[in-house]
Amino acid sequence: MATPQDLSVFVRHAPGGVAGMELAVDGIRCAGCMHAIEDGLAREAGLLSARVNLALKRVTVEWREGALRPEAVVERLAALGFKAYPFLPADQEGREAREEARLLRCLGVAGFAAMNIMLLSVSVWAGNASDIEPSTRDLFHWLSALIALPTAAYAGRPFFESALRALRAGSVNMDVPITLGVVLALAMSVVETWQHSRHAYFDGAVMLLFFLLVGRYLDQLMRRRTRDLAGNLAALKAETATRLAPDGTAVALPIAAIVPGDLVLVAPGERVSVDGIVEGGRSELDQSLVTGETAPATVGRGERVYAGTLNLSGALRVRVEAAGSGTLLDDIDRLMSQAVENRSRYVKLSDRAARLYAPLVHATALATFLGWLALGLGWQQALLIAVTVLIITCPCALGLAIPAVQVVAASALFRQRVMLKHGDALERLAELDTVVFDKTGTLTLPEAGILNPEAVPEAERAEIAALAAASRHPLAQALAQALGASAPAQEVREYPGQGLTSRCGGSERRLGSVDFCQAQEQADVAIRAHPDASLIAYRNGDRRIAIAIGQRLRPQARETVAALQEAGFAVMILSGDRPQAVAPVAAALGITEARAGLLPGGKLELLDGLARKGRKVLMVGDGLNDAPALAASHVSISPVSASHLAQSAADIVFLGDSLAPVAQAVAIGRKARRLMIQNLWLAVLYNAIAVPVAIAGLVTPLIAAAAMSGSSLVVTLNALRARSTGGGSAP
Amino acid sequence: MNIIAILLPLALLLGATGLAAFLWCMRSGQFADLEGASWRVLRDDDMVEPRPDGQP
Repeated sequence: MATPQDLSVFVRHAPGGVAGMELAVDGIRCAGCMHAIEDGLAREAGLLSARVNLALKRVTVEWREGALRPEAVVERLAALGFKAYPFLPADQEGREAREEARLLRCLGVAGFAAMNIMLLSVSVWAGNASDIEPSTRDLFHWLSALIALPTAAYAGRPFFESALRALRAGSVNMDVPITLGVVLALAMSVVETWQHSRHAYFDGAVMLLFFLLVGRYLDQLMRRRTRDLAGNLAALKAETATRLAPDGTAVALPIAAIVPGDLVLVAPGERVSVDGIVEGGRSELDQSLVTGETAPATVGRGERVYAGTLNLSGALRVRVEAAGSGTLLDDIDRLMSQAVENRSRYVKLSDRAARLYAPLVHATALATFLGWLALGLGWQQALLIAVTVLIITCPCALGLAIPAVQVVAASALFRQRVMLKHGDALERLAELDTVVFDKTGTLTLPEAGILNPEAVPEAERAEIAALAAASRHPLAQALAQALGASAPAQEVREYPGQGLTSRCGGSERRLGSVDFCQAQEQADVAIRAHPDASLIAYRNGDRRIAIAIGQRLRPQARETVAALQEAGFAVMILSGDRPQAVAPVAAALGITEARAGLLPGGKLELLDGLARKGRKVLMVGDGLNDAPALAASHVSISPVSASHLAQSAADIVFLGDSLAPVAQAVAIGRKARRLMIQNLWLAVLYNAIAVPVAIAGLVTPLIAAAAMSGSSLVVTLNALRARSTGGGSAP
Repeated sequence: MNIIAILLPLALLLGATGLAAFLWCMRSGQFADLEGASWRVLRDDDMVEPRPDGQP
């Protein structure tokens, strides 16, 4: 690269003269990659350590301050065959990681306590069946209390705090019955032990905490993983800008280091990575990512450019107004807030279950207590039975039912190169009945390409590419990029508005308009096959070629749309592009409902209309103009090539060019939801059997322990079935 | 019954050792990358290369 790179913004400086950097690495797939990276970096002098995190696809490197430039690490990784993108971990990641560590510590403590109390409890149960001495039993119970009480005070805090928060806010959540159950069970057990009775529920209370913490931990793991991967995504986009210093020197900087007020240079063929005002230069911009319109627009001094547009013909100097997060067109900004307002608040499955569950549990326990009192039992015994009802109904299985499925399904999605940004997107995916696609950049690839590659002979490719690279015409630039041109051809004469010629050896080569190359015959063939394409012609002696340049469909777009239609979804296209450009794509994909020329507000209106009719819409889009629609739809998916705003509005992001992940995500979402519902029913079934037994006062600590662990295991095993996704076939 | 006086503390001590080991593992970041760790164990980089002359 000609312009020097500067990555110093990403370096964090630790005390003791150690500098470090986090890199997201593209293409770490297996242990081999991990070893190659670690061994390769170990040979770099000055590096203190390099460690790959295979789960997160990241590398952490540390070096002695001043021994190394951060750019050298990236270069070294590139030499090893890995593209690495440094990034700054967000503050939020740190907070989530601490919360996860705390839950894991609680889980460890609860697990330790549950095992040791069980050791004592099993002896008591065995002794109760034979001839244990009451004094020994009391000793065992007191020992259990000694372990259980501090454990509950420590490991139960996540639940107690959440329950208190809910009560203070005047509402009830799942943690209220949990807290009540655990506290009452422990208190009753202490009283029972005091009175030398046969049964104590220390084991039940602690085991309950253990299983619930497993569910809570999985939930947190899921949340953190999705957030970390979202952080990687931002890094993988690897946007850089070339900053011009006041003295005219140019330095390539990551977008995170650009601040408003900087002057950046945007070369032809580059994507604009900032929002700002043009200070110098003239060029044509492909704004399809922003507006959906595929025809290039001309910009000059004083005009505004937006991140995501592609600079086609001339170099531009742009005064930065916003980088990274991006300023927005005022329109879009207004529409975004409207969209967020309109989105019906989705209530998560687990929350809906909790809302039903908590009052039911409390009512049952209270009714049991009052019922036994009325039947003439002493208040203490009646309370004991009511507490066993609380313990038995405590939502162990319910707490595991949904997080377990989410974690398993999310890793299945990740293997298909689909990243979830919200855990509940899985549930929402399963409720769809309509899929709406944007056209430009979503159904089609973001970059223009050659539509008739069969017309371009292999032998001439390098020559055509070199000629094309010599021209500044947008079509020629696109052609050069598609053919992978390295160096522009020398000794070229350009005829403005017609094309260029190069004389090499004896024969003359021409590249330019169809008339210029007299390739009318070939052009007719090409235009018949690709009516919406722009044509560029090439002539070498008597051989003439017409090359059709235009937007190609994403790989597997046809199969994906067909699979979705077959699965019973209504498929639509809502595009901001011209009707002439939308119609052929719709026809090629077999989509009958296609709307063209829509402004962002129009898309939003149509989606609102669909929502009012009770349709659940999946929006797939990538442009800035799609962002409000993505935010407003029931669930939304973006390709990784999408604009910043679209990606942050979307619930799910897929990697790669192929469109197939869309259908796979829908299939996995449906399967996951089916398993969640199954799990909830399993939990209900368990309660239907266990609760009457508990109300009858027949539950001993042994039965409670067996029922709780049994139901939790069944639910977890059922969740593991989300792993087998059968290659993403229809649900 | 005296055996209980030995066995119970012993059992609790063993359990507490396990818990301490778990907390130590956590603090040293061994749960940060479960996927990588399963492969790392297969590496031979801690083995001493045998000398070419066959001497240990």
